[in-house]
Amino acid sequence: MMLVTANSGCYLAPVFAWDNKVERKMPTETIPVPVPVEVSPEVEEELQLITRARAGDTGAFSQLISRYEGKIFRLAMNITQNREDAEDVLQEAFIKAYQHLDQFQGNSRFYTWAVRIAVNQALMKLRKRRSDRTVSLDEQIDTGEDTMVREIAAWDPDPEEQFSREELHGILTEAIDGLEPIYRTVFNLRDVDGLSTEETAEALELSIPAVKSRLLRARLQLRDKLNRFFKRKGDDAFAYM
Amino acid sequence: MTPLLTCKEFLAELNEYLDETTRAEIKLKLERHLAECPNCWVICDTTRKTIRVYQGMKPCGIPDDVHGRLMKAFERRIAATSPDTLI
Repeated sequence: MMLVTANSGCYLAPVFAWDNKVERKMPTETIPVPVPVEVSPEVEEELQLITRARAGDTGAFSQLISRYEGKIFRLAMNITQNREDAEDVLQEAFIKAYQHLDQFQGNSRFYTWAVRIAVNQALMKLRKRRSDRTVSLDEQIDTGEDTMVREIAAWDPDPEEQFSREELHGILTEAIDGLEPIYRTVFNLRDVDGLSTEETAEALELSIPAVKSRLLRARLQLRDKLNRFFKRKGDDAFAYM
Repeated sequence: MTPLLTCKEFLAELNEYLDETTRAEIKLKLERHLAECPNCWVICDTTRKTIRVYQGMKPCGIPDDVHGRLMKAFERRIAATSPDTLI
């Protein structure tokens, strides 16, 4: 994998283009497993599932699938933007994870490892779909324009309460679907799934500054998109920066 | 007295501030800027609320048919590699 500097044209840290002309290799972990000082019950349970799955307990792996299939499917949708492709990615990613489970040595979370496999599969899918050109998750993002905050207006303390659950779901989905895939993916992994910046960088094979700059852009763009729904009635919005 | 941050400098630190990973001395500067700049206060507040509403979304499951096909694909794969199938 090659990272190249892109011209962001803005004040944020330089961003890196994701060149996937070279097929990314299966994520492997060669460092010996560190013995964690303290492991949460959830992580402990997951490690037990992995151990059992490695020993041939397919039921244990099915439990891992059930735990993460929703997140992996959403990730695949984020990248491919196509339901059929996302379903293929979901299946291929879990089957690959099962086949290569011996390469998972536990020095990252299983989910982070699975995300790396799924991202690889999703990019391969995109490349097949657009066989005439290089596929990158970073297309069209380096103008710097998308870091601008366009409107400012205060929101009520709980602006989401003005809407029914269905309406809110529609608003949030439309807003996040309007982001470039890489922003959507970083935002979901960091802010929705709760991965750390380091885990997100590892899962997406991006540098930490690249994750940070994408996260900032994603957050600001989403804020901007939600503004028209959530701004307090009567507040004038005006241009900024 | 350290000079106030500009709005751009504030925005560049916004992630860390929202994630509460800012160093104490930077945090102090950011909060001084927030106290002086209503625009940045609004940006900070509404971005925090943006993150919060997404975090409040119920975790999405996958449709039953997608789950069913995933499990079938997994079972087919296991069957294809099982030693029993070689008999």
